[in-house]
Amino acid sequence: MNAKVVALALLAGGLFAGALPAIDTTQLPDPALQERYEALTHELRCMQCQNQSIADSPVGLASDLRREVAEQLVAGKSDTQVREYMAARYGDFILFRPRLSARTAWLWALPGVLLLAGGVIAWRVVRQRARLAANDPDFNADDSER
Amino acid sequence: MNRFLLPLAAFVLLAIVLGVGIRNSDTKGVVASPLVGRPAPQFVLPNLLDPDTPFDSRTMAGRWYALNVWGTWCIECRVEHAALVAAKAAGQLPIIGLNWKDDPTSAVAWLAQLGDPYEATAVDAEGRVAIDYGVYGAPETFLIDPQGIIVHKHIGPLSAEIWERDFIARAVSR
Amino acid sequence: MEMLPELGHFALVLALLLAGLQAFFGIAGPAFGRQRWMSAVIPATAGSAVMVVTAFACLVASFVGFDFSVAYVAQNSNSALPLIYRIAAVWGAHEGSLLLWIVLLAGWTIAVAFGASRLPQHFSARVLGVLGIVSFGFLLFTLATSNPFLRLIPAAVDGSDLNPLLQDPALALHPPLLYTGYVGFAVAFAFAIAAMLEGKLDQTWARWTRPWTLAAWAFLTVGIALGSWWAYYELGWGGYWFWDPVENASFMPWLIGTALIHSLAVTDKRGLFKSWTLLLSIIAFSLSLLGTFLVRSGVLVSVHSFAADPARGIFILAFLVIMVGGALALYAWRAPLLKSDAGFELTSRESFLLFNNILLVIAAATVFGGTLAPLISDTLGLGTLSVGTQYFNPTFLLPMLPLIALASVGMHANWKRGRLAARGRPLIATGLIALAVALAAVFGYYGGRPGLALASFLLGAWLVLSSLVDPFDRLRRRLSMPRAIVGMTLAHMALGVFVISVTAVETYTTERDVAVAQGESVEVGGYTFRFDGIDDIHGPNYDGVHAIVQVSRDGKPLATLHPEKRRYFVQQSVMTEAGIESQPGRDLFVALGEDLGAGRWSLRIQVRPLINYVWLAALLMALGGSIAASDRRYRTARAPATEPVGAGQGSTA
Repeated sequence: MNAKVVALALLAGGLFAGALPAIDTTQLPDPALQERYEALTHELRCMQCQNQSIADSPVGLASDLRREVAEQLVAGKSDTQVREYMAARYGDFILFRPRLSARTAWLWALPGVLLLAGGVIAWRVVRQRARLAANDPDFNADDSER
Repeated sequence: MNRFLLPLAAFVLLAIVLGVGIRNSDTKGVVASPLVGRPAPQFVLPNLLDPDTPFDSRTMAGRWYALNVWGTWCIECRVEHAALVAAKAAGQLPIIGLNWKDDPTSAVAWLAQLGDPYEATAVDAEGRVAIDYGVYGAPETFLIDPQGIIVHKHIGPLSAEIWERDFIARAVSR
Repeated sequence: MEMLPELGHFALVLALLLAGLQAFFGIAGPAFGRQRWMSAVIPATAGSAVMVVTAFACLVASFVGFDFSVAYVAQNSNSALPLIYRIAAVWGAHEGSLLLWIVLLAGWTIAVAFGASRLPQHFSARVLGVLGIVSFGFLLFTLATSNPFLRLIPAAVDGSDLNPLLQDPALALHPPLLYTGYVGFAVAFAFAIAAMLEGKLDQTWARWTRPWTLAAWAFLTVGIALGSWWAYYELGWGGYWFWDPVENASFMPWLIGTALIHSLAVTDKRGLFKSWTLLLSIIAFSLSLLGTFLVRSGVLVSVHSFAADPARGIFILAFLVIMVGGALALYAWRAPLLKSDAGFELTSRESFLLFNNILLVIAAATVFGGTLAPLISDTLGLGTLSVGTQYFNPTFLLPMLPLIALASVGMHANWKRGRLAARGRPLIATGLIALAVALAAVFGYYGGRPGLALASFLLGAWLVLSSLVDPFDRLRRRLSMPRAIVGMTLAHMALGVFVISVTAVETYTTERDVAVAQGESVEVGGYTFRFDGIDDIHGPNYDGVHAIVQVSRDGKPLATLHPEKRRYFVQQSVMTEAGIESQPGRDLFVALGEDLGAGRWSLRIQVRPLINYVWLAALLMALGGSIAASDRRYRTARAPATEPVGAGQGSTA
């Protein structure tokens, strides 16, 4: 009894849930559906274990949510509808791929903004250094650098 | 401005974020529910102690009540059970049980042994209603108003103080 | 023997005091020009290191000797735990791993003290002083919040065992290697602070700093690779990278460290990018500290986290503010003095290294943003959110693809001048061969799914071939082959191999999760896996079952795999151990799932092409780094006083 309590408490703590993968033998009727099923279950977070997708987690809720995903896909729901269904109940926390919204725009804009800024910086530095090189009478005379 | 100050400025912002993160770290694992302020999902499920008459959540319309999600496999549920029984004895707010993914025989035995705090216990054997309520770990307790709106959600075991502060105080004050 | 924990505790207190002296004499000595204070730095450093090692030895002895009267030992060991895991258990949890961190810092510090005998005394005193501050902070942290020597009264009859996840050879080695890398960036950090305190940074400085940075980077590379390999065979998902916050915490310093290695090259050769190099030195170590903070403070949710404790979080945050805040304030004050008027042309090597740095920093910043996004969103009141693989994979590729393309070209650029056209022929030739290889791989060998895979194969193959051009050219012309060149070639080739293998794994893995009964067979990726039933297994501190899976191809048996499920006695937790058959071109991977009743079991079967080359490439990169670190040029670099000042750049203030 005591050991079981400890084991369950650890399971609730998340770390040990992480040690055991779920092996999900669900097979949907057609391959395209199966592919969408696998992609979707990998981008929904297991709420109890907090750092795995429901595809990877062996806990009961994760398998219930996998069943829900499978049923909705078979019923003809789109991926977006499934995601919205989940987020309406569990909040955006359940989505490993943050939905694009005013609240997450900064995150999705980040890589582009960084690339843009990096491009501007690169251009300015190179232009400045090239000008220095052009204006330096010793530049071509000094050939010591390999 | 001195552009060499930018890294320091960015770090100050980061330190503030980390500081706030530490302050909030004791509430990690508690995820706010998007359902608070929205209508509680309606459901009809078998009644644990009265298998002949299913429990219909619409019968609760017009009353304040608490919906308590539990299971005999859940250790924390045992912790909060005494508080629920006491709440039932006080009689201020009816409690509906949602027996989540459980073995009915163990559930009946549990209530017989530890006392039954529930006005009715709905059996959610497949966990579908729990998904509609966004339940991710037992115990969880919802406070629902006479219009059927979820007013509050408590995650984790209840105590007498929490019950008084978050449930009775809200239900009576309105 | 009885008093070992007290001795260890006492040694830690002494180490703290001596580290304080090391810091004080190291910083104040040069500042006030006190010769005797500077002379005291080395003895204080040595004393502190000896005390740290003593404390660590005491903890190891307590583990080896089953001293369950020590709370930390009782929590992380057990009478049935084999010797090597009793030793690994020393760093199996928060307190001991912190002590490991401090020991490794002491190791680096002693190495610097030896290496610094060639440096001007005021400079080496400052370097050791900064390392003393770092050591002091971590010792204080350990003693104040995380003492591993606390007694348990009454003593435990037996220990509650090392976390079974950590009872594995690779994971026993992973923390020491990873931390050696993390902590090694403290050396570059200390060199940077010392240079700013001196108000002077020249090319010699870069030459001193380079080998240390390369060595730290190589260790970090191996540490990360080892953790990734472990996750692959132990966790049973078959993946090798999960973009978990703790993985990211080690990856960010690696990315910045990589940028630093390259910017140091420019500072060394041309005396350029000086303030930028300083900033990267500061950031690389700051990210190491931040990683420590994220793992131990509980602000992020992760599979790997140590037990969270806000008190520890506050302490590390305070330390972070003092160290990083102090360093960046010093930077804001001193960096404007470091200007250089040297020029370079658009297609010079300097330009390409600039692009390299910008793209690596963008990659690191993207990982940083994604990792901290849940925290930032919460702090700004924008709600809770999760950021996973589906965010990191595409956003990380954005800077990485151009980086890899530019690397192939940039290696052939000359310093200063853009005479890239002269190198056009080998570039075009290697590019065409790479294209042929990529086309053959996608359409011929693996069959289909071009697009990103084709582009990545092309870039990877081009990088491998392109990095060989220069060494071959040197061989042909009978030129010398310095170790720096050998190391660079190896590391760049390895990056190419890495790109190719990741592309193959990500694009052409076939996997199936199946339920099978004894005697049933499943076809995956052209191989037949036959399930031949289940057997009991018995280990020293666990028992369990393994499946017997026959693998064959075209009727010919290839291997018998035994994926395991172990139940460890003390913690009663179940661990998986995948069954893997490694072939030159692919891994056949089987993990055992659950007993589904009626003799049926679930199995996860994967055929993963080239996956071993992912880790092999990482090891090659690290090997390249260490070869480059041992180049003669760095060892003969003297103090400026004994060497003609290079090319007139540099010194200010």
